[in-house]
Amino acid sequence: MELTLHVWRQDGPDSPGRMEIYKADDVSSDMSFLEMLDVVNERLLEEGKEPIAFDHDCREGICGTCSLMINGVAHGPEEGTTVCQLHMRKFKDGDSIYIEPWRARAFPILRDLVVDRGAFDRIIEAGGYVSVATGNAPDANTIPVNRDESEMAMDAAACIGCGACVASCPNGSAMLFVAAKVAHLGHLPQGQPERQKRVLAMVEQMDKEGFGYCTNHYECEAVCPKEIPRKFIAEMNRDYLKAGMAAE
Amino acid sequence: MAARKPRMNRLARTLQSSIGSKFLMSVTGILLLLFVIAHMLGNLQVFAGPDQLNAYAAKLQSLGPLLWVVRLGLLAIFVVHIGAAIRVTNSNRAARPVAYVYPGSVQSTFAGRTMMMSGLIVLAFLIYHVLHFTVGTTNPDHFHLVDETGRHDVYSMVVMGFSQWPIALVYVVANILVGVHISHGASSAFQTLGVTHPRLAFLKQGFGPGIATLIVVGNLSMPLACLFGLVQLPA
Repeated sequence: MELTLHVWRQDGPDSPGRMEIYKADDVSSDMSFLEMLDVVNERLLEEGKEPIAFDHDCREGICGTCSLMINGVAHGPEEGTTVCQLHMRKFKDGDSIYIEPWRARAFPILRDLVVDRGAFDRIIEAGGYVSVATGNAPDANTIPVNRDESEMAMDAAACIGCGACVASCPNGSAMLFVAAKVAHLGHLPQGQPERQKRVLAMVEQMDKEGFGYCTNHYECEAVCPKEIPRKFIAEMNRDYLKAGMAAE
Repeated sequence: MAARKPRMNRLARTLQSSIGSKFLMSVTGILLLLFVIAHMLGNLQVFAGPDQLNAYAAKLQSLGPLLWVVRLGLLAIFVVHIGAAIRVTNSNRAARPVAYVYPGSVQSTFAGRTMMMSGLIVLAFLIYHVLHFTVGTTNPDHFHLVDETGRHDVYSMVVMGFSQWPIALVYVVANILVGVHISHGASSAFQTLGVTHPRLAFLKQGFGPGIATLIVVGNLSMPLACLFGLVQLPA
């Protein structure tokens, strides 16, 4: 396959960026999208040029590190897939592909296609945990967990924190991420003691980081590689409003 | 300055947050939707003839102070709704300072993406609408009519107004935008309020477009009926 790549290049956080055009002319349809970029980078290195910086780690679709906006869609055209699991057979010979970094004030660009997603870590630090006694592991099944609730918690816990929700949201909102993290603990008995405190603290941190407000476009749900449903956002809205209107 | 009670602090913080702003917008939006429906049902009495509509108008006017309570209440609801919308829009613009070179969307709707624009145009229309039919500044010629029983002749006012095509056109366009605005807003409100029960899922999906369609059909029927002579001045 022969492709024309339009790639965002930016030398550092404060440098101005620009779109640059690269020809990729020996792409196999069996390559993953990141392998295609590896090949392009090999050639750039041979030519003595700076390779394109992009985030990647497990390349198995489970770590949440890769993060590319491909033709205006986070993680590209395949549903429920991270960009490392996207294969070139999804594209046609002769295609032009626009590759951009996640764009949000809360995700500053470090270099080229790499953004700093530390805002997500700070939201987790604010309340995305349960406090447990250390020491010996408790016996299994000491706390009964309702099966439906545990399934729901698992659905939410599938979030890998990649940030595609923020990148795809017309408002740069992090609601789907925060909602998933609030829900996966909120649906378990272990998460109940800190439930109110958690949702208040995480939403407060989310606002502080400069993410936008959700206006229910559901673009996040459409691009989420783990297909986290929008209902968790509704749940978080309810949890937050309930906690915020309760007596302290 | 004396410290405020902690409960107020938390409540105030909650309402000023992102979700709190959305909460205020959705609650006021639902109240405005109820008003739009009631307003439409009241006005549809134009099809029942002059006597019915003028009697209805006279009854509303006879409410006196209560009418002003409703008017001021509506004004307050509008102020909160618009205030929250400005807050949300400003935060959202700031959240993505650099736009994508290749803009894309998967499932967002035209109505959803243009809420601020449709809202502002509807607001401009509302100001005109109040000047036209409530204060009577734009068309004093057909505002000061009296029917044979001495009541304000609202029926003739409406028919004479809508028989002029530029006025009818303004009402038609504005009400289509009202429908576009409601088609996103009405469903969005229930998501924001945290409705998750599967039996209530329709509120977050078909309800907005459905109620918007009914409102557009109902509200367009009046100017169009007058314009095309289906509803005429009393003989």
